[in-house]
Amino acid sequence: METALPLIFVTIMGLSLLLYVILDGYDLGVGLLLPLGSDREKDIMIASIGPFWDANETWIVMGIGVLLIAFPSAHGIILTKLYLPATIMLLGLILRGVAFDFRVKAGDSKKEMWNRIFFIGSLVASMAQGWMLGSYITGLNGSLTNTVFSILIAFCLPALYCVLGATWLLIKTEGDLFAKAVGWARKSVLPMAIGLFLVSIATPLVSDVIAERWFQLPNFIGLMPIPIASAIALGLLTILLRRDVDRLRELNPWYLFICPVIVCLMAALGLAYSIFPDIIIGQMTIWESAAHTSALMFTFYGVCIALPCIVLYTIFIYRVFAGKATALSYD
Amino acid sequence: MEFDPFVLSRIQFALNISFHILFPTITIGLGYFLLFFRIRYTLTKDPHWEFIYSFWVKVFALTFALGVVTGIVMSFQFGTNWPGFMEEVGNIAGPLLGYEVLTAFFLEASFLGIMLFGRQRVSNRLHLIATSIVTIGTTLSAFWILSLNSWMQTPTGYTYENGVMIAESWSAVIFNPSFPYRFAHMMVASLLTASFLVAGVSAWRMLKGVGGPATMKVLRIGMIAAAILTPTQMFIGDLHGLNTLKHQPAKVAAMEGIWETQKGAPLTLFGFPDEELRTTRSAIKVPKLGSLILTHEWDGELKGLNDFNGQHPPVAPVFWSFRIMVGVGMMMLLVSWACCWQIWRKGSINRFSQRVLFAMTFSGWVAVLAGWYVTEIGRQPWMVSGLVTTAEVVADHPPGILITTLAAYFAMYAFLLVSYIGAVFYMSSKPAKSLIHMHNYGLPGKHPEDRAYSPIEDPVAKAADSNRSSINQTSINQTAGS
Ligand code: HDD
Ligand code: HEM
Ligand code: HEM
Repeated sequence: METALPLIFVTIMGLSLLLYVILDGYDLGVGLLLPLGSDREKDIMIASIGPFWDANETWIVMGIGVLLIAFPSAHGIILTKLYLPATIMLLGLILRGVAFDFRVKAGDSKKEMWNRIFFIGSLVASMAQGWMLGSYITGLNGSLTNTVFSILIAFCLPALYCVLGATWLLIKTEGDLFAKAVGWARKSVLPMAIGLFLVSIATPLVSDVIAERWFQLPNFIGLMPIPIASAIALGLLTILLRRDVDRLRELNPWYLFICPVIVCLMAALGLAYSIFPDIIIGQMTIWESAAHTSALMFTFYGVCIALPCIVLYTIFIYRVFAGKATALSYD
Repeated sequence: MEFDPFVLSRIQFALNISFHILFPTITIGLGYFLLFFRIRYTLTKDPHWEFIYSFWVKVFALTFALGVVTGIVMSFQFGTNWPGFMEEVGNIAGPLLGYEVLTAFFLEASFLGIMLFGRQRVSNRLHLIATSIVTIGTTLSAFWILSLNSWMQTPTGYTYENGVMIAESWSAVIFNPSFPYRFAHMMVASLLTASFLVAGVSAWRMLKGVGGPATMKVLRIGMIAAAILTPTQMFIGDLHGLNTLKHQPAKVAAMEGIWETQKGAPLTLFGFPDEELRTTRSAIKVPKLGSLILTHEWDGELKGLNDFNGQHPPVAPVFWSFRIMVGVGMMMLLVSWACCWQIWRKGSINRFSQRVLFAMTFSGWVAVLAGWYVTEIGRQPWMVSGLVTTAEVVADHPPGILITTLAAYFAMYAFLLVSYIGAVFYMSSKPAKSLIHMHNYGLPGKHPEDRAYSPIEDPVAKAADSNRSSINQTSINQTAGS
């Protein structure tokens, strides 16, 4: 158990953070696209994420929570090192989260302002997340190349979120807004692909540890499915998006949404491979920083009972709110 | 001036948690009110209750959003500002926080969607269940976090293995000695805060002339709840104090401003504790009452601050916070009983009482913050009583960065607080009918508010009726224009 528990928890943590990126990713993406919609479309765009965003955001609480519970010393080091981007991200998330409600409750005269705050909050939060990811991958030391690399990721992550957001809108909207969302998706695929490509090239360059893990011969071949699957998913998305809007309406929009999700999944697998078995690259392994077995065991019972329930009722909620979104009303 | 990162980290943590706690306090309490409104509607089919629910659920949603976003800040705070905390006691604190996420946060956050937007999509029964789940979720969150906090105050059930602290008995950790009192006291505090919030907002609606029969119904419920809860809270508070005396005598000595150990100690009503002179200046005292309250004996002995070898919390903030909390409690008792009396005799309350209630809308916040300051500052210099000091666990960020982030948080919170209070009163200053337009982009007239609102029977509403139609017209135009 003593070797297995940290493994289990690092898996849960990774999955939570991956789910966060996908789920809150589409929320943040919709936030980034918000200024492009008309007034009425803005209401529908927000309605398409309204019932979900709160639970989506809880996955980051879960991810950080597992880091804290299972790897307390790593938690301390990572968050102390990421103090500034983490604070900026939190401020962004605060603005984004409250704007949901204020934009319809603070009065019509302030709605414009809160729409803008919604956008700014989403942008700040997603860029800060990119920055955090960048400095985490480069081992949390702030040399010049690493900083440049972090900035690079800070600009790429919003593009990924835009693709997620736009394809989510394809699921949730119809009519003109659907057509617009197709346009947004088309435009953001390229920056996302470039970003992904640059990051994949740059990661082994800035981090020797990662380079070593990838470019050994048997491993390298075994790992090829990861970039290949990402490339296929991206290619498929591009091809599907080329189609005429009216033909796209007949297509099941989930196919489009699944493409960036697969890209995220592959990126996460690649990242997991790069980092494992460390929790802080080149400094600390998951076993070195793991909490005491008694604490892990006690939490594990809770996870076994609660996690399946969470998955079940999350599915239930998505089914209740399935179908196209209309402007939110408290009915 | 030299800024000490230790002090700055403490200020930042205190600022963040103080701001966070404001919103859960309301959601925990308001959840039960909403449940009550919803059940009343289900049982009576009286559309007033539906209207009341649909108004207050909006306030709930707004408050919840603020609670969630500030809560996320909290979950990062332990790592960013107190990395040593998790290293020292992570094996105990971690799982408690973990259970909060697993059992409470997901539950609330997921079912909130149905509670807010699902009334057309699910049956009334399922909607009622969703409302209950969200309410239970907020209570569960309070359960776990207060268990952790109480454990930090009165640690039990732990042992050391190779120098690391681990849990020996989880039930002893979770149900540590001060937990039942703190949990009960906090739950009642939340309900009281919500009572005064709903009553205060209703009183404001009456003052503005936009209240109707539904408004009076809410005010009445709020005041009846407060009239029962305030004495309950005082009773629990007294028990809580006795428990604290047993486990953290230095805190009680600071609360009471007792410097010398003495038998038959007086109760200090007011005064200025002075740590340099080690006395309470210009004190107004009631002989023997201190011992009577705290030991339930006229001649009980109370240990004074001078006998703790300098290991006692700062006296003045604890002393004053305690008086503010108790003072607000007294006010609440007086006001709620006076209002209940008026409602019972006359079926309504006079303008003076309406003004008082309006002024006390957020009085619960004041008492809650003051109470928490007693608890937390009273625990100093310990982080975990008797085991870990606060100074051991702080992160050493450069003061410059801390000052910047502190200023950013402060500005953000000031802005949010103003917006929040503004939005609550903005929503409630609208006449009942035009509330529909705020969220409902459909046509007016279909909503239960319209049916619930019966101006002919209600003189207050009738007076408001004439100016209402004009306000309404503009709000319809605005909606149409947007
Ligand atoms: C509406 C809010 C409210 C009201 C009216 C009161 N309290 Fe309170 N009090 C709280 C809200 C609160 C609180 C914010 O909820 C605290 C902080 C921690 C806790 O569990 O409860 C608290 C803490 C607290 C403590 C500190 C215990 C410790 O830290 O060890 C004591 C001794 C009391 N209370 C006693 C009282 C008494 C005798 C009251 C009688 C008037 C009273 N409280 C009214
Ligand atoms: C229930 C969950 C809570 C936990 C786990 C918790 C934990 C902590 C921790 C870790 C610290 C920093 C170390 C220290 O200074 O002792 C602290 C300090 C503090 N907390 Fe809490 N806290 C909780 C609730 C609250 C609430 C609700 C408030 C106020 C509204 C509050 C007010 C403060 C203040 C003012 C300090 C600073 C005390 C000082 O440094 O002098 N706490 N608490
Ligand atoms: C007495 C102290 C506290 C109480 C009673 C409390 C209670 C709550 C409640 C009821 C919520 C749900 C959101 C809402 O209703 O507004 C919430 C949110 C949250 N709280 Fe606290 N909390 C306390 C202190 C803390 C502390 C010390 C932490 C730090 C770990 C924390 C972390 C969070 C987080 C992360 C959320 C967001 C949950 C979500 O995404 O739904 N809370 N808190």
